[in-house]
Amino acid sequence: MSQKSPLEKVNYKGWLYLLPAILFLGVFLIYPLIDVFIYSFEEGYNFVQQTKYGIGLYNYQYVLHDQYFIRALSNTFIMVIITVPLSTGIALLISLGLNSIKPLKKLFQTIYFLPYVTNTLAVGLVFMIMFDKTDYSLGLMNMLISFLGFTPVDFIDGPHWAKMFVLCTYIIWIVMPFKILILTSALASVKKDYYDAAKVDGTSRFRIFYKITVPMISPMLFYLIITGFIGAFKEYSDAVALFGVNLNAAGMNTIVGYIYDMLYGSSGGYPSYASSAAIILFMIVLTITVINLLIQKKHVHYS
Amino acid sequence: MKEKKDYLKIEKETKVRTKILRILTYIMLAIWGIIVLFPFYYMVLTSLKSSAQYNAEYVPKLFTINPTLFNYQFAFTTVPLAKYFLNTIIFAVITTSLMVVITILAAFAFARVNFRGKNLIFTLFLSLMMIPNELVVITNYTTITNLALRNTFTGLILPSITSIFYIYLLKENFAQIPDSLYLAAKVDGTSDIKYLMKVMIPISRPTIVSIIILKIIECWNSYVWPRLITDNPNYYLVSNGIQEIRQNGYGRDNIPAMMAAVFAISLPLIILFLIFRKQIMSGVSKSGTKG
Repeated sequence: MSQKSPLEKVNYKGWLYLLPAILFLGVFLIYPLIDVFIYSFEEGYNFVQQTKYGIGLYNYQYVLHDQYFIRALSNTFIMVIITVPLSTGIALLISLGLNSIKPLKKLFQTIYFLPYVTNTLAVGLVFMIMFDKTDYSLGLMNMLISFLGFTPVDFIDGPHWAKMFVLCTYIIWIVMPFKILILTSALASVKKDYYDAAKVDGTSRFRIFYKITVPMISPMLFYLIITGFIGAFKEYSDAVALFGVNLNAAGMNTIVGYIYDMLYGSSGGYPSYASSAAIILFMIVLTITVINLLIQKKHVHYS
Repeated sequence: MKEKKDYLKIEKETKVRTKILRILTYIMLAIWGIIVLFPFYYMVLTSLKSSAQYNAEYVPKLFTINPTLFNYQFAFTTVPLAKYFLNTIIFAVITTSLMVVITILAAFAFARVNFRGKNLIFTLFLSLMMIPNELVVITNYTTITNLALRNTFTGLILPSITSIFYIYLLKENFAQIPDSLYLAAKVDGTSDIKYLMKVMIPISRPTIVSIIILKIIECWNSYVWPRLITDNPNYYLVSNGIQEIRQNGYGRDNIPAMMAAVFAISLPLIILFLIFRKQIMSGVSKSGTKG
């Protein structure tokens, strides 16, 4: 008998409003998602003639035995292992510093955020020339290194470890703004009462940090570690900025770089191999995320 | 008497220690500030040196006595850098506008309209948020190629005009608007669209502004997708343009000119950031994804 309020009335216009989103997601997200799995099992797929030999696991076998893929895989893992803990650690230190001061805090926060709004491809070139050493130029970093009494190293065309060093430095420089931003707001949200209580008890600074601060910000810390892992596994454009598009020749390719190289460019034209590599990447990221979530369940404190 | 003295001494020591810690904190913060700012300084500095001067300095100097703006002229006239800028602006404006319309409509449907299957499709949307772009870019590349949309703005724009995350963000924002407003509007006979335009959008303006700015930043910096589907310099965006300059253009022998181009590309976003600092930072802390 009672008339339905407009809030409960079923209104099929809802689908109409959603139509554009569903249409574009269907074509550019859901269909490709299914298609990438199909591609990855189609053996000998020819992009131009759209023909294939058969269905199987050959593409995966090929990718996993490809020396370029192995190289990309090991490069990516090294980058992840170096950049994720280092950037998170430094960001935590800086955020603690930021949170303990009042004057200049805004200024520092604004400066620290700048790398976030820069074009990675463009600013990467600045890092490139700072670390580069050519016949006619020693380069800025090598100036510093020689000043300290060490032998100059070519960071851009030199040994692998030197290239890795520049890449990791640049990645950390790029990811810091986000981490500092998240951690500073997490630290600011810890209630003052806890610290006051600890101070009354005469607790040492380190103990306060370890027993109060870390548990209180642990959800955000874990969030950063997970997104850090995911981001670092998808590393690509920073490497292009430093070493150019031919990353295989530089020995600095990443998994994502391998996928794009298989798809496009002088080494491209193999969407099947690219698909297999993309699925392998997805599996790695998924596994690491699940492991992280399991650890998180054990250690993270949610108030 | 003795105890009191000790107490004073302890208090003094603590004060000294706090002061030292404060100084160390400022030193650390200043060092990181220099690390962040130095590449920008070096970029501008190098762009102001003449090519001959730069090449003559085996050990780079950290200042220049006779700065020149010639490199900027050179950077813009030798390659169609202005064209790349224009392309990027067209790309960013169209992509962002379409995305905002789609996002607002979808968020409105999820937050305010009742229809069968709403929860199911919302859950589906949320789960799709986890799909990495690398997984779908391969098929998108073939789709756009098969549609003969390579080297067109349509091909550049189409795959990037839906963002599930922004739909989610805006839906949360819309959902906070009290039902009573909606009921009052209904009593007055206001249509859904009118209510959306007159009430919901104005109330959620800060979130919408954040979304717009973040999307513009994303467009300005996008590199991978444009690289895949454009090989005609007439459609290059700034990222691809600078990469091309470095690989095949004057980046090889005229580094100051390349730095001028780099600075020109970086400047618009820096200005945008200084104007919309608050919106950008709050938007990023909510979103947590770059690009």
